[in-house]
Amino acid sequence: MISSPLEQFEIVSIIPLPLGGYDFSITNSAIYLFITFGIITFFMSSILNKTMFVPGPWQALLEDMYNFIMELIEQNCGAKGQKYFPFFFVLFSFLLVCNLLGMVPYSFTVTSHIAITFTLSLAIWIGVTWIGLTTHGAHFFTLFVPSGAPAALLPILVVIELISYGVRAISLAVRLFANMMSGHTLLKIMAGFSFQLFALGGILGLVGSTIPFILVFLITGLEIGIACLQAYVFTILSIMYLNDALNLH
Amino acid sequence: MELASAKLIGAGLASIGLAGVGAGVGIVFASLVTSYARNPSLKQQLFAYTLLGFALTEAIGLFALMMAFLILYG
Repeated sequence: MISSPLEQFEIVSIIPLPLGGYDFSITNSAIYLFITFGIITFFMSSILNKTMFVPGPWQALLEDMYNFIMELIEQNCGAKGQKYFPFFFVLFSFLLVCNLLGMVPYSFTVTSHIAITFTLSLAIWIGVTWIGLTTHGAHFFTLFVPSGAPAALLPILVVIELISYGVRAISLAVRLFANMMSGHTLLKIMAGFSFQLFALGGILGLVGSTIPFILVFLITGLEIGIACLQAYVFTILSIMYLNDALNLH
Repeated sequence: MELASAKLIGAGLASIGLAGVGAGVGIVFASLVTSYARNPSLKQQLFAYTLLGFALTEAIGLFALMMAFLILYG
C-alpha cells in the first residue's frame, strides 16, 4: 500500500514502438517533452503573430525574456558569444518549462532523469570544447595554465585544471538532476507523512496531518523557485563555459 | 550485518556531508548582506552573483545527497 517515494520517476511506455531491436516507444517522458515543446511553440508563436510597437503584457514578457538572456550573454561572453544567442534562449526556455511542468501535481518531471540532463550537458561540453579548439587551435590548451602562477607549481596546477574542466560536464548534469529529483522525493515523503497521519483517524489524525501538509505547501513554493533558479544557473554556466572557450581567460 | 540495515546506516552517514552545504550557503548570503551594506548596487550584480554562488554550493551538497540515495535505493 505504501509505495516508494521514487515511484514517481518511473518511465512508463505508453505506446510501444519496438523498431529494429531498439525500443522507440512513446513513454511518459516523451509525452511531457512533446507538451513542453507545444507550450513553448504555442506561447511564442501566438504572441509574435500580432506584435505592436508599444508592447502589450504578453509581448512585454517575451521581450523581458529576450533581454534577460541577451544581457547574460553580453556580460559573461562579450561580443563573440552573440551568435550563440538562439541556442541559449532555447536552452533556457526548455529547462524553465520542463522544470515548472514537473511542479504540476501528478505530472512527470522530464529533467529529473540523469539520462536527459547528462545528454544535454555532455552535448554542451563537447560543443564548447569543439568551438574552443576550432577557434584557437592548439593555443586552446593555454586555458589550463592559470596566468601568474609560479612555474614550480605548474604541473600540479595543469592537472587540477584539466580535471576540473572535465568534471564540468558531469557537475552541470548532476546539479540539475539532483535538485529536481531530491525536491520531488522530499515532497513525496512529506505528503506520505501527512497521509499516514490522516489515516490514524480521529482528532489526532486531523490535526497531525495538517503539519506535514503545511510543510508540503511551503516546500512546493520553494521548489518552484528552485525550478526557475536551476534553469537560470544551467544557462549562465553554459554561457560562462563558452566564454572560457572563446576568450581564454 | 543484513544488507538492508547496512544500507540505512550508509545513507545516514552519507547525509553528514550536507552540513558543509548549510555552512556554505550561509556564508554566501552573509557576504551578500555585508556587500549590500557596503554598496547598495543590488539587482545589478550582487544578487545575480549570490544566486550563482548558492546554486554552485548546493550542487556539491546534492552530490552527497545523491550518494545517500544511491546507497539507500541502489
